Amino acid sequence: MELFVDQFLNFEIMHQALPLLLRGLGMTLQLCLVVVPLGLAGGLAVALICRSRWRAVRWPAFVLIDFFRAVPPLVLLIFIYAGLPFAGIRPSPFVAVCVAFLLNTSAYYGEIYRAGIASIGRGQWEAARSTGLNSFQTLAWVVIPQAVRNVLPDLISNTVEVVKLTSIASVVAMPELLYSADMARSLTYNPSPIVAAAAIYLALLWPCVRLLSRMEHRVGR
Amino acid sequence: MDRFVDAFLNQRVIDKYLPDILWGMVVTIEVAAAVVVTGILGGLLLAALRSFRIRALNVLIVLMVDVFRSLPPLVMILIAYFGLPNVGLSLSGFTVLWLVLSLVLAAFAEEIFWSGILSIRKGQWEAARSTGLNFVQTLAWVILPQAIRMTVPPLTNRTIAITKNTALGAVIGVPEILMQAQTAQSFSGNATPLLLGSIAYILLFIPVVAVGRWLETRFAWGRA
Repeated sequence: MELFVDQFLNFEIMHQALPLLLRGLGMTLQLCLVVVPLGLAGGLAVALICRSRWRAVRWPAFVLIDFFRAVPPLVLLIFIYAGLPFAGIRPSPFVAVCVAFLLNTSAYYGEIYRAGIASIGRGQWEAARSTGLNSFQTLAWVVIPQAVRNVLPDLISNTVEVVKLTSIASVVAMPELLYSADMARSLTYNPSPIVAAAAIYLALLWPCVRLLSRMEHRVGR
Repeated sequence: MDRFVDAFLNQRVIDKYLPDILWGMVVTIEVAAAVVVTGILGGLLLAALRSFRIRALNVLIVLMVDVFRSLPPLVMILIAYFGLPNVGLSLSGFTVLWLVLSLVLAAFAEEIFWSGILSIRKGQWEAARSTGLNFVQTLAWVILPQAIRMTVPPLTNRTIAITKNTALGAVIGVPEILMQAQTAQSFSGNATPLLLGSIAYILLFIPVVAVGRWLETRFAWGRA
Protein backbone atom coordinates (compact mmCIF):
# COMPACT_ATOMS: atom_id res chain seq x y z
CA MET A 1 0.00 0.00 0.00
CA GLU A 2 2.80 2.39 0.92
CA LEU A 3 4.56 1.50 -2.30
CA PHE A 4 1.37 2.23 -4.22
CA VAL A 5 0.94 5.65 -2.59
CA ASP A 6 4.60 6.45 -3.14
CA GLN A 7 4.36 5.54 -6.81
CA PHE A 8 0.95 6.86 -7.81
CA LEU A 9 -0.02 9.51 -5.26
CA ASN A 10 3.34 11.02 -4.41
CA PHE A 11 2.30 14.56 -3.56
CA GLU A 12 5.86 15.77 -3.29
CA ILE A 13 6.54 14.83 -6.90
CA MET A 14 3.16 16.13 -8.01
CA HIS A 15 3.96 19.42 -6.33
CA GLN A 16 7.31 19.63 -8.14
CA ALA A 17 5.67 18.84 -11.45
CA LEU A 18 2.82 21.29 -10.95
CA PRO A 19 4.30 24.29 -12.86
CA LEU A 20 5.03 22.02 -15.82
CA LEU A 21 1.54 20.52 -15.65
CA LEU A 22 -0.11 23.94 -15.49
CA ARG A 23 1.82 25.08 -18.55
CA GLY A 24 0.67 21.90 -20.27
CA LEU A 25 -2.90 22.56 -19.22
CA GLY A 26 -2.63 26.04 -20.74
CA MET A 27 -1.54 24.51 -24.02
CA THR A 28 -4.36 21.95 -23.90
CA LEU A 29 -6.92 24.71 -23.33
CA GLN A 30 -5.46 26.79 -26.18
CA LEU A 31 -5.62 23.76 -28.44
CA CYS A 32 -9.27 23.16 -27.47
CA LEU A 33 -10.11 26.81 -28.15
CA VAL A 34 -8.82 26.33 -31.70
CA VAL A 35 -9.96 22.81 -32.60
CA VAL A 36 -13.47 22.84 -31.10
CA PRO A 37 -14.67 25.95 -33.00
CA LEU A 38 -12.90 24.71 -36.14
CA GLY A 39 -14.66 21.35 -35.84
CA LEU A 40 -18.04 22.94 -35.12
CA ALA A 41 -17.73 25.21 -38.15
CA GLY A 42 -16.31 22.48 -40.40
CA GLY A 43 -19.04 20.08 -39.31
CA LEU A 44 -21.77 22.58 -40.15
CA ALA A 45 -20.23 23.11 -43.57
CA VAL A 46 -20.08 19.34 -44.12
CA ALA A 47 -23.71 18.92 -43.04
CA LEU A 48 -24.85 21.65 -45.45
CA ILE A 49 -22.81 20.20 -48.32
CA CYS A 50 -24.46 16.82 -47.66
CA ARG A 51 -27.84 18.47 -48.26
CA SER A 52 -26.77 19.83 -51.62
CA ARG A 53 -29.16 19.53 -54.56
CA TRP A 54 -26.43 18.08 -56.77
CA ARG A 55 -25.42 14.48 -56.44
CA ALA A 56 -21.90 15.28 -57.68
CA VAL A 57 -21.44 17.47 -54.60
CA ARG A 58 -23.26 15.26 -52.11
CA TRP A 59 -21.54 11.97 -52.89
CA PRO A 60 -17.92 13.02 -52.41
CA ALA A 61 -18.96 14.59 -49.10
CA PHE A 62 -20.43 11.32 -47.85
CA VAL A 63 -17.37 9.38 -49.00
CA LEU A 64 -15.09 11.82 -47.19
CA ILE A 65 -17.14 11.60 -43.98
CA ASP A 66 -16.95 7.81 -43.95
CA PHE A 67 -13.27 7.97 -44.86
CA PHE A 68 -12.40 10.21 -41.93
CA ARG A 69 -14.63 8.22 -39.60
CA ALA A 70 -12.77 5.03 -40.56
CA VAL A 71 -9.22 6.35 -40.03
CA PRO A 72 -8.15 6.58 -36.37
CA PRO A 73 -7.28 10.19 -35.51
CA LEU A 74 -3.79 9.19 -34.36
CA VAL A 75 -3.09 7.61 -37.76
CA LEU A 76 -4.25 10.76 -39.50
CA LEU A 77 -2.07 12.89 -37.24
CA ILE A 78 1.04 10.75 -37.80
CA PHE A 79 0.38 10.75 -41.53
CA ILE A 80 0.21 14.54 -41.62
CA TYR A 81 3.10 15.09 -39.25
CA ALA A 82 5.52 12.39 -40.44
CA GLY A 83 4.27 11.68 -43.95
CA LEU A 84 3.69 15.10 -45.51
CA PRO A 85 7.32 16.23 -45.11
CA PHE A 86 8.09 13.66 -47.83
CA ALA A 87 5.89 15.74 -50.14
CA GLY A 88 7.79 18.87 -49.18
CA ILE A 89 5.18 20.14 -46.71
CA ARG A 90 6.53 20.52 -43.19
CA PRO A 91 3.73 21.34 -40.75
CA SER A 92 4.61 22.32 -37.18
CA PRO A 93 3.10 20.05 -34.50
CA PHE A 94 0.42 22.67 -33.82
CA VAL A 95 -0.61 22.95 -37.46
CA ALA A 96 -0.52 19.16 -37.92
CA VAL A 97 -2.78 18.68 -34.90
CA CYS A 98 -5.21 21.38 -36.08
CA VAL A 99 -5.47 19.91 -39.59
CA ALA A 100 -5.89 16.33 -38.32
CA PHE A 101 -8.56 17.44 -35.84
CA LEU A 102 -10.37 19.56 -38.42
CA LEU A 103 -10.65 16.56 -40.76
CA ASN A 104 -11.62 14.08 -38.06
CA THR A 105 -13.99 16.16 -35.94
CA SER A 106 -15.74 17.85 -38.88
CA ALA A 107 -16.84 14.39 -40.01
CA TYR A 108 -18.27 13.58 -36.57
CA TYR A 109 -19.87 16.98 -35.94
CA GLY A 110 -21.19 16.89 -39.52
CA GLU A 111 -23.09 13.66 -38.86
CA ILE A 112 -24.60 15.18 -35.71
CA TYR A 113 -25.75 18.39 -37.44
CA ARG A 114 -27.13 16.31 -40.30
CA ALA A 115 -29.30 14.30 -37.89
CA GLY A 116 -30.40 17.56 -36.27
CA ILE A 117 -31.38 19.24 -39.53
CA ALA A 118 -33.17 16.08 -40.64
CA SER A 119 -35.23 16.21 -37.44
CA ILE A 120 -36.82 19.55 -38.44
CA GLY A 121 -40.09 19.02 -40.27
CA ARG A 122 -40.83 20.39 -43.76
CA GLY A 123 -43.50 22.62 -42.27
CA GLN A 124 -40.87 24.72 -40.51
CA TRP A 125 -39.14 25.42 -43.84
CA GLU A 126 -42.38 26.21 -45.60
CA ALA A 127 -43.72 28.41 -42.82
CA ALA A 128 -40.46 30.35 -42.61
CA ARG A 129 -40.31 30.84 -46.39
CA SER A 130 -43.93 31.98 -46.49
CA THR A 131 -43.20 34.76 -44.00
CA GLY A 132 -40.77 36.18 -46.56
CA LEU A 133 -37.44 34.86 -45.30
CA ASN A 134 -35.13 33.67 -48.07
CA SER A 135 -33.66 30.18 -47.88
CA PHE A 136 -30.43 31.34 -46.24
CA GLN A 137 -32.36 33.24 -43.56
CA THR A 138 -34.63 30.24 -43.03
CA LEU A 139 -31.63 28.02 -42.48
CA ALA A 140 -29.82 30.45 -40.19
CA TRP A 141 -32.71 31.75 -38.08
CA VAL A 142 -35.26 28.95 -38.09
CA VAL A 143 -33.82 25.55 -38.91
CA ILE A 144 -30.31 25.52 -37.42
CA PRO A 145 -31.28 26.90 -33.99
CA GLN A 146 -33.93 24.21 -33.58
CA ALA A 147 -31.67 21.52 -35.04
CA VAL A 148 -28.88 22.40 -32.60
CA ARG A 149 -31.29 22.25 -29.69
CA ASN A 150 -32.45 18.79 -30.74
CA VAL A 151 -28.93 17.35 -30.91
CA LEU A 152 -27.37 19.34 -28.08
CA PRO A 153 -26.50 16.25 -25.98
CA ASP A 154 -24.66 14.72 -28.94
CA LEU A 155 -22.81 17.96 -29.63
CA ILE A 156 -21.67 18.20 -26.01
CA SER A 157 -20.74 14.53 -25.95
CA ASN A 158 -18.64 14.90 -29.08
CA THR A 159 -16.97 18.00 -27.66
CA VAL A 160 -15.97 16.01 -24.56
CA GLU A 161 -14.46 13.42 -26.93
CA VAL A 162 -12.55 16.15 -28.78
CA VAL A 163 -11.12 17.54 -25.54
CA LYS A 164 -10.04 14.02 -24.53
CA LEU A 165 -8.59 13.49 -27.97
CA THR A 166 -6.25 16.48 -27.66
CA SER A 167 -4.12 14.13 -25.51
CA ILE A 168 -2.88 12.41 -28.68
CA ALA A 169 -1.06 15.63 -29.60
CA SER A 170 1.53 14.44 -27.07
CA VAL A 171 2.62 11.82 -29.60
CA VAL A 172 3.92 14.53 -31.97
CA ALA A 173 5.76 16.26 -29.10
CA MET A 174 3.29 19.05 -28.64
CA PRO A 175 3.76 20.25 -25.03
CA GLU A 176 0.16 19.85 -23.87
CA LEU A 177 -1.02 18.39 -20.55
CA LEU A 178 -0.27 14.71 -21.18
CA TYR A 179 3.09 15.43 -22.84
CA SER A 180 4.17 17.58 -19.89
CA ALA A 181 3.04 14.92 -17.44
CA ASP A 182 4.89 12.19 -19.29
CA MET A 183 8.01 14.33 -19.39
CA ALA A 184 7.77 14.83 -15.62
CA ARG A 185 7.32 11.07 -15.26
CA SER A 186 10.48 10.29 -17.18
CA LEU A 187 12.43 12.89 -15.22
CA THR A 188 11.31 11.60 -11.82
CA TYR A 189 10.91 7.88 -12.65
CA ASN A 190 7.53 8.14 -10.95
CA PRO A 191 4.10 7.96 -12.58
CA SER A 192 2.48 10.37 -10.11
CA PRO A 193 2.58 13.32 -12.55
CA ILE A 194 0.41 11.37 -15.01
CA VAL A 195 -2.02 10.58 -12.20
CA ALA A 196 -2.09 14.33 -11.47
CA ALA A 197 -2.78 15.01 -15.16
CA ALA A 198 -5.59 12.44 -15.02
CA ALA A 199 -7.03 14.33 -12.04
CA ILE A 200 -6.94 17.56 -14.05
CA TYR A 201 -8.73 15.95 -17.01
CA LEU A 202 -11.26 14.53 -14.57
CA ALA A 203 -11.86 17.93 -12.97
CA LEU A 204 -12.39 19.46 -16.43
CA LEU A 205 -14.62 16.78 -17.92
CA TRP A 206 -16.48 15.10 -15.09
CA PRO A 207 -19.08 17.89 -14.77
CA CYS A 208 -19.81 17.59 -18.52
CA VAL A 209 -20.10 13.81 -18.32
CA ARG A 210 -22.47 14.05 -15.33
CA LEU A 211 -24.62 16.59 -17.17
CA LEU A 212 -24.67 14.38 -20.26
CA SER A 213 -25.70 11.27 -18.42
CA ARG A 214 -28.62 13.17 -16.89
CA MET A 215 -29.66 14.47 -20.32
CA GLU A 216 -29.34 11.02 -21.91
CA HIS A 217 -31.42 9.28 -19.28
CA ARG A 218 -34.13 11.89 -19.55
CA VAL A 219 -34.29 11.35 -23.31
CA GLY A 220 -34.26 7.58 -22.73
CA ARG A 221 -37.33 7.77 -20.52
CA MET B 1 4.85 13.88 -59.61
CA ASP B 2 7.61 11.30 -59.89
CA ARG B 3 8.97 12.42 -56.59
CA PHE B 4 5.54 12.09 -55.06
CA VAL B 5 5.06 8.55 -56.34
CA ASP B 6 8.55 7.66 -55.16
CA ALA B 7 7.80 8.95 -51.64
CA PHE B 8 4.26 7.61 -51.18
CA LEU B 9 3.80 4.68 -53.59
CA ASN B 10 7.25 3.20 -53.81
CA GLN B 11 6.96 -0.32 -55.25
CA ARG B 12 10.20 -1.53 -53.66
CA VAL B 13 9.08 -0.36 -50.22
CA ILE B 14 5.64 -1.89 -50.71
CA ASP B 15 7.14 -5.27 -51.57
CA LYS B 16 9.42 -5.18 -48.58
CA TYR B 17 7.03 -3.95 -45.88
CA LEU B 18 3.58 -5.11 -46.98
CA PRO B 19 3.89 -8.36 -44.95
CA ASP B 20 4.62 -6.31 -41.80
CA ILE B 21 1.55 -4.16 -42.37
CA LEU B 22 -0.59 -7.26 -42.98
CA TRP B 23 0.76 -8.74 -39.78
CA GLY B 24 -0.17 -5.48 -38.06
CA MET B 25 -3.71 -5.88 -39.39
CA VAL B 26 -3.91 -9.30 -37.73
CA VAL B 27 -2.80 -7.81 -34.39
CA THR B 28 -5.25 -4.90 -34.74
CA ILE B 29 -8.10 -7.34 -35.45
CA GLU B 30 -7.12 -9.45 -32.43
CA VAL B 31 -7.10 -6.52 -30.01
CA ALA B 32 -10.26 -5.04 -31.52
CA ALA B 33 -12.17 -8.33 -31.29
CA ALA B 34 -11.06 -8.88 -27.70
CA VAL B 35 -12.05 -5.31 -26.74
CA VAL B 36 -15.47 -5.54 -28.38
CA VAL B 37 -16.32 -8.83 -26.65
CA THR B 38 -15.15 -7.95 -23.14
CA GLY B 39 -16.24 -4.32 -23.34
CA ILE B 40 -19.81 -4.98 -24.44
CA LEU B 41 -20.29 -7.98 -22.13
CA GLY B 42 -18.82 -5.94 -19.26
CA GLY B 43 -21.20 -3.05 -20.00
CA LEU B 44 -24.19 -5.38 -20.18
CA LEU B 45 -23.22 -7.01 -16.88
CA LEU B 46 -22.84 -3.61 -15.18
CA ALA B 47 -26.19 -2.39 -16.51
CA ALA B 48 -27.89 -5.61 -15.34
CA LEU B 49 -26.31 -5.23 -11.88
CA ARG B 50 -27.45 -1.63 -11.78
CA SER B 51 -31.07 -2.64 -12.30
CA PHE B 52 -31.07 -4.42 -8.93
CA ARG B 53 -30.92 -0.87 -7.54
CA ILE B 54 -28.61 -1.69 -4.64
CA ARG B 55 -27.57 1.75 -3.54
CA ALA B 56 -23.93 1.20 -2.57
CA LEU B 57 -23.26 -0.89 -5.67
CA ASN B 58 -24.88 1.67 -7.98
CA VAL B 59 -22.80 4.50 -6.57
CA LEU B 60 -19.70 2.46 -7.37
CA ILE B 61 -20.90 1.65 -10.90
CA VAL B 62 -21.77 5.28 -11.67
CA LEU B 63 -18.43 6.41 -10.29
CA MET B 64 -16.53 3.92 -12.40
CA VAL B 65 -18.51 4.77 -15.53
CA ASP B 66 -17.99 8.52 -15.03
CA VAL B 67 -14.25 8.16 -14.52
CA PHE B 68 -13.76 6.00 -17.60
CA ARG B 69 -15.88 8.35 -19.68
CA SER B 70 -13.95 11.43 -18.52
CA LEU B 71 -10.35 10.28 -18.86
CA PRO B 72 -8.57 10.20 -22.22
CA PRO B 73 -7.68 6.55 -22.98
CA LEU B 74 -4.06 7.48 -23.71
CA VAL B 75 -3.68 8.82 -20.15
CA MET B 76 -4.88 5.53 -18.68
CA ILE B 77 -2.69 3.54 -21.07
CA LEU B 78 0.41 5.45 -19.99
CA ILE B 79 -0.43 5.09 -16.28
CA ALA B 80 -1.00 1.34 -16.63
CA TYR B 81 1.98 0.68 -18.88
CA PHE B 82 4.60 2.85 -17.20
CA GLY B 83 3.17 3.00 -13.69
CA LEU B 84 2.12 -0.54 -12.77
CA PRO B 85 5.61 -2.09 -13.22
CA ASN B 86 6.83 0.24 -10.44
CA VAL B 87 4.49 -1.53 -8.00
CA GLY B 88 5.53 -4.96 -9.22
CA LEU B 89 2.84 -5.56 -11.86
CA SER B 90 4.25 -5.78 -15.37
CA LEU B 91 1.61 -6.14 -18.05
CA SER B 92 2.41 -6.52 -21.73
CA GLY B 93 1.47 -3.69 -24.08
CA PHE B 94 -1.20 -5.92 -25.60
CA THR B 95 -2.78 -6.60 -22.20
CA VAL B 96 -2.72 -2.93 -21.19
CA LEU B 97 -4.32 -1.86 -24.47
CA TRP B 98 -7.00 -4.54 -24.20
CA LEU B 99 -7.71 -3.82 -20.54
CA VAL B 100 -7.97 -0.04 -20.85
CA LEU B 101 -10.07 -0.03 -24.02
CA SER B 102 -12.34 -2.77 -22.60
CA LEU B 103 -12.96 -0.71 -19.47
CA VAL B 104 -13.68 2.41 -21.54
CA LEU B 105 -16.07 0.52 -23.82
CA ALA B 106 -17.72 -1.15 -20.81
CA ALA B 107 -18.32 2.29 -19.27
CA PHE B 108 -19.94 3.72 -22.40
CA ALA B 109 -21.87 0.51 -23.08
CA GLU B 110 -23.23 0.48 -19.52
CA GLU B 111 -24.63 3.98 -19.98
CA ILE B 112 -26.25 3.04 -23.29
CA PHE B 113 -27.74 -0.23 -21.98
CA TRP B 114 -28.96 1.54 -18.85
CA SER B 115 -30.73 4.17 -20.98
CA GLY B 116 -32.32 1.28 -22.87
CA ILE B 117 -33.46 -0.44 -19.66
CA LEU B 118 -34.92 2.83 -18.32
CA SER B 119 -36.86 3.34 -21.52
CA ILE B 120 -38.84 0.11 -21.00
CA ARG B 121 -42.16 0.95 -19.36
CA LYS B 122 -42.90 -0.12 -15.81
CA GLY B 123 -45.87 -2.14 -17.04
CA GLN B 124 -43.49 -4.58 -18.72
CA TRP B 125 -41.83 -5.33 -15.38
CA GLU B 126 -45.16 -5.66 -13.61
CA ALA B 127 -46.73 -7.86 -16.26
CA ALA B 128 -43.72 -10.18 -16.36
CA ARG B 129 -43.55 -10.47 -12.58
CA SER B 130 -47.29 -11.18 -12.37
CA THR B 131 -46.91 -14.17 -14.70
CA GLY B 132 -44.64 -15.72 -12.09
CA LEU B 133 -41.19 -14.84 -13.48
CA ASN B 134 -38.73 -13.81 -10.79
CA PHE B 135 -36.62 -10.63 -11.01
CA VAL B 136 -33.68 -12.17 -12.86
CA GLN B 137 -35.94 -13.99 -15.32
CA THR B 138 -37.87 -10.78 -15.99
CA LEU B 139 -34.65 -8.89 -16.64
CA ALA B 140 -33.16 -11.59 -18.85
CA TRP B 141 -36.21 -12.65 -20.88
CA VAL B 142 -38.43 -9.58 -20.98
CA ILE B 143 -36.56 -6.34 -20.30
CA LEU B 144 -33.09 -6.84 -21.81
CA PRO B 145 -34.26 -8.23 -25.18
CA GLN B 146 -36.41 -5.13 -25.70
CA ALA B 147 -33.80 -2.73 -24.29
CA ILE B 148 -30.90 -4.10 -26.36
CA ARG B 149 -32.84 -3.71 -29.61
CA MET B 150 -33.02 0.02 -29.06
CA THR B 151 -29.39 0.38 -28.12
CA VAL B 152 -28.00 -1.05 -31.36
CA PRO B 153 -27.31 2.22 -33.26
CA PRO B 154 -25.66 4.25 -30.47
CA LEU B 155 -23.75 1.20 -29.30
CA THR B 156 -22.41 0.45 -32.79
CA ASN B 157 -21.17 4.00 -33.28
CA ARG B 158 -19.52 4.09 -29.88
CA THR B 159 -17.93 0.68 -30.39
CA ILE B 160 -16.41 1.78 -33.71
CA ALA B 161 -15.02 4.97 -32.15
CA ILE B 162 -13.43 3.08 -29.25
CA THR B 163 -12.11 0.22 -31.38
CA LYS B 164 -10.24 2.74 -33.54
CA ASN B 165 -8.26 3.63 -30.41
CA THR B 166 -6.33 0.39 -30.91
CA ALA B 167 -3.96 2.69 -32.85
CA LEU B 168 -2.90 4.08 -29.45
CA GLY B 169 -1.11 0.75 -28.98
CA ALA B 170 1.66 2.17 -31.19
CA VAL B 171 2.67 4.42 -28.27
CA ILE B 172 3.36 1.43 -25.98
CA GLY B 173 4.90 -0.89 -28.56
CA VAL B 174 1.96 -3.10 -29.53
CA PRO B 175 2.86 -4.28 -33.05
CA GLU B 176 -0.45 -3.19 -34.62
CA ILE B 177 -0.84 -1.41 -37.96
CA LEU B 178 0.35 2.06 -36.95
CA MET B 179 3.37 0.76 -35.08
CA GLN B 180 4.40 -1.44 -38.04
CA ALA B 181 3.89 1.49 -40.42
CA GLN B 182 5.96 3.87 -38.30
CA THR B 183 8.76 1.35 -37.87
CA ALA B 184 8.83 0.62 -41.60
CA GLN B 185 8.76 4.34 -42.35
CA SER B 186 11.81 5.03 -40.21
CA PHE B 187 13.72 2.04 -41.59
CA SER B 188 12.95 2.82 -45.21
CA GLY B 189 13.09 6.61 -44.97
CA ASN B 190 9.99 6.65 -47.11
CA ALA B 191 6.36 7.61 -46.47
CA THR B 192 4.86 4.65 -48.35
CA PRO B 193 4.34 2.50 -45.22
CA LEU B 194 2.29 5.30 -43.61
CA LEU B 195 0.03 5.39 -46.64
CA LEU B 196 -0.23 1.58 -46.58
CA GLY B 197 -1.12 1.73 -42.90
CA SER B 198 -3.86 4.28 -43.53
CA ILE B 199 -5.23 2.13 -46.34
CA ALA B 200 -5.19 -0.90 -44.01
CA TYR B 201 -7.31 0.99 -41.47
CA ILE B 202 -9.72 2.12 -44.16
CA LEU B 203 -10.09 -1.45 -45.44
CA LEU B 204 -10.81 -2.64 -41.90
CA PHE B 205 -13.16 0.10 -40.78
CA ILE B 206 -15.05 1.35 -43.86
CA PRO B 207 -17.21 -1.82 -43.90
CA VAL B 208 -17.91 -1.40 -40.19
CA VAL B 209 -18.81 2.28 -40.62
CA ALA B 210 -21.11 1.36 -43.51
CA VAL B 211 -22.82 -1.34 -41.45
CA GLY B 212 -23.21 1.21 -38.63
CA ARG B 213 -24.90 3.62 -41.03
CA TRP B 214 -27.26 0.89 -42.18
CA LEU B 215 -28.10 -0.18 -38.60
CA GLU B 216 -28.81 3.43 -37.73
CA THR B 217 -31.66 3.58 -40.23
CA ARG B 218 -32.78 0.02 -39.53
CA PHE B 219 -33.02 0.21 -35.73
CA ALA B 220 -33.73 3.93 -35.29
CA TRP B 221 -34.41 4.97 -31.69
CA GLY B 222 -37.99 4.70 -30.55
CA ARG B 223 -39.14 2.47 -33.37
CA ALA B 224 -38.74 -0.75 -31.37
